[in-house]
Amino acid sequence: MRKLALPDEILLSIQQPARYIGGEVNMCVKDPESVDIRFCMCFPDVYEIGMSHLGLQILYDMFNKMDGVYCERVFSPWTDLDQRMRKEQIPLFALESQDPVRNFDFLGITLQYEMCYTNILQILELSRIPLHSVDRTWDDPIVIGGGPCAYNPEPLADFFDLFYIGEGETVYADLLNTYKVSRAGNDSRDAFLKKAAQIPGIYVPSLYEVQYNGDGTIRSFLPSCPEAPKTVIRQVVTEMTDSVYPEKPLVPFIKVTQDRVVLEIMRGCIRGCRFCQAGMIYRPVREKNVERLKELAWQMLKNTGHEEISLSSLSSSDYRSLEEIVNFLIEQFQGKGVNISLPSLRIDAFSLDVMSKVQDVKKSSLTFAPEAGTQRLRDVINKGLSEEEILNGAFEAFQGGWNRVKLYFMLGLPTETTEDIEGIALLSEKIAERYYEIPKDQRTGKVQVVASTSFFVPKPFTPFQWAPMSTKEEFLGKARIVNHKMKEMLNHKSLKYNWHEADVTVLEGVLARGDRRVSKVIEEAYRNGALYDAWSEAFRNEIWMNAFETCGVDIGFYTSRERNLDEIFPWDFIDTGISRDFLKREWERARDGVVTPNCREHCSGCGVRQFGGGVCYEDTN
Amino acid sequence: MKIRIKFSKQGTMKFIGHLDSMRYFQKAMRRADVDIRYSEGFSPHQIMSFAAPLGVGLTGSGEYLDIEVHSSDSSRVMVKRLNEVMAEGVEILSFRRLPDGAANAMSLVAACDYTVRLREGYDNCGFWRDFFPGLNDFIQNGNLEIVKKTKKGEKQMDLRPFVYEYRLLEDRGMFLKLSAGSSVNIKPELLLEAYCLAKGQEYQPFAFLINREEVYADTGSEGSHQFTKLEAFGEEIE
Ligand code: SF4
Repeated sequence: MRKLALPDEILLSIQQPARYIGGEVNMCVKDPESVDIRFCMCFPDVYEIGMSHLGLQILYDMFNKMDGVYCERVFSPWTDLDQRMRKEQIPLFALESQDPVRNFDFLGITLQYEMCYTNILQILELSRIPLHSVDRTWDDPIVIGGGPCAYNPEPLADFFDLFYIGEGETVYADLLNTYKVSRAGNDSRDAFLKKAAQIPGIYVPSLYEVQYNGDGTIRSFLPSCPEAPKTVIRQVVTEMTDSVYPEKPLVPFIKVTQDRVVLEIMRGCIRGCRFCQAGMIYRPVREKNVERLKELAWQMLKNTGHEEISLSSLSSSDYRSLEEIVNFLIEQFQGKGVNISLPSLRIDAFSLDVMSKVQDVKKSSLTFAPEAGTQRLRDVINKGLSEEEILNGAFEAFQGGWNRVKLYFMLGLPTETTEDIEGIALLSEKIAERYYEIPKDQRTGKVQVVASTSFFVPKPFTPFQWAPMSTKEEFLGKARIVNHKMKEMLNHKSLKYNWHEADVTVLEGVLARGDRRVSKVIEEAYRNGALYDAWSEAFRNEIWMNAFETCGVDIGFYTSRERNLDEIFPWDFIDTGISRDFLKREWERARDGVVTPNCREHCSGCGVRQFGGGVCYEDTN
Repeated sequence: MKIRIKFSKQGTMKFIGHLDSMRYFQKAMRRADVDIRYSEGFSPHQIMSFAAPLGVGLTGSGEYLDIEVHSSDSSRVMVKRLNEVMAEGVEILSFRRLPDGAANAMSLVAACDYTVRLREGYDNCGFWRDFFPGLNDFIQNGNLEIVKKTKKGEKQMDLRPFVYEYRLLEDRGMFLKLSAGSSVNIKPELLLEAYCLAKGQEYQPFAFLINREEVYADTGSEGSHQFTKLEAFGEEIE
């Protein structure tokens, strides 16, 4: 029997012991003694969330396909186990070998959302790794971060030895080699970090020095040694079809959020919505060959036994072989106990047709993401979805038997007016009215329109990186306007409106565009009990507010402040391939309400053509 | 065609609860390409049912589940195919065809065999040193009336008629054959708890390692029990 790090007494008295025992189907088993490098991959949230993340499965598979490398996993212990581990002094361990995380060569932490930052400190502390990079020795693993939040790693600068900027499939092999050579040659840890800094895409925060102006903005952000480059270039996979993909993904025992085979059909998005960070940092769009996808679908279903397969991309309707892959899935798997799920499809005749084939119309709902309530504001954010398209799509769907609609909007977008805010209610009403245009005998009961709003957080490397963010009071005021307007609508009984607290959004705003000085706030909040901030039941705003107070850090400086066009941002040392001029141009066009065509209509010269692949070259082959 | 599968669930699999075990087997059927039957409708599910849920923390050596298939290879091949896709800790022991119209495993369950042992660290001190001889004596001569908590409140109950067999094991432990199933389901913990209570000792759930050895139907006629392993209702597919 595999040994476990936790005794039965603990495992049988905490929630979901299966989170901590490993041993899942397709888990990689290697002899830790016989490998050169032990890599512990961490998703700093609970098992069920972390195991649902595609990127983790891709990297797990990639590392374990390398000779001499054994990659294992660790997730945040839930609060019940956290307490037991502290009380009984049990060090945090990896799931595969159940060995302490501290024994590993690397601890790689994926950074998917800002609200997991205190969980990172929990992982380090429970692993008995010093929180600060400067305090670590060769007895500690190299702590490396990657993922979307690494596009502004500065609020985490103190806690990480390295950051990986870009897609993990590219330079990890180089990094591991450099490490091996360094260890064999008895390099100091600092010497290794300097060597790592020379690998494209690797950022070593301790090798940079930041100076500030009197008003708190950055005066200079420069390498403090010759080894560190001035800019760190984002790593991009140019050929998606041949890139590694897990044919044998792990199959958790317990139900996780994403309990299905996930087929990544393409990376990136051609649309260029101005609020969307993913749409920028994953440029250019790169499609995966449809034949390869068919093969993967077979293999992955066979190797996991999952009862569902889902397509994954930022905007599946833009995948050029969508019809082919969808029809293939339906023909091959429909009626054989495999459900097919198709998220992020634009509502049109094709998608309605396939949706009616793969799901129960009566039980499912239609989803639109207009993001803004008026055409004017949708033009500002470059969301190429017109009211007419929404209303026609809804009407067609109603005729097809659907009667539930979900709408997603954002509040607090740049240039937003009361009219835009009220537009959310008006658009919801118009959709409901469309339903009642259908003759009574052809309707299937009542219509239900559920509108949800989230609060807009400006993100680095988007045209809105300069935009001031609304304050908490402004956000809530806007939500009240929507709520009030909804009640005035003729069909208000068919409309439902959801929004949530603004506290977390404000924090997200600080962390998203924060700098190094925010590190101490995160640490202070953690010390005072902040953990699992992404979980509303665990989030305690007052801890954070006190931490800002104690550390003398002003929230407004990072959120609601209007930023100057030539301000140096904490993330400017990263070269994503997208030119700053393009982002500036887009920010201006946004304020003028001018729409920018998508990459397939017309190339806007954003700069990523230099990577030599994807949509930028579609017409040339 | 109805199939009865016998399997063991050992090691770290004891932390996987009943619902998750069901999900585990559903996925395993697909991995092994078992030609299993599905229900109709938009979200079809496999025709599969378990004999008796095994509590979290317990291991089992003779667990059962029934499925329906359209076609099947020989028992030998099916056992092999399934074992190739199992997680460590689960082993398929037999795969047998049931006669048409056979009752499903769950409705048949009438008794279970258990072995109870003490966990390491509990076996040497005080009360625990002579635990099993004491328990043996208690079952023989003691008062086995317990208060059972039910949904409707508390209920007085005598366990004695439902302890079908008991004996000391040579390597320090106890064998128990207890009534199970829908009419009277006696978990071994009930007996252990009753004994601790009678001895004025606090019941310690983590002190025990319990393994369910086998599950039986009662094929006896009025008044006399005849326990038959669930496996015996099926026959090997050649
Ligand atoms: S270079 Fe042109 S085609 Fe390529 S991603 Fe940028 S805008 Fe799109």
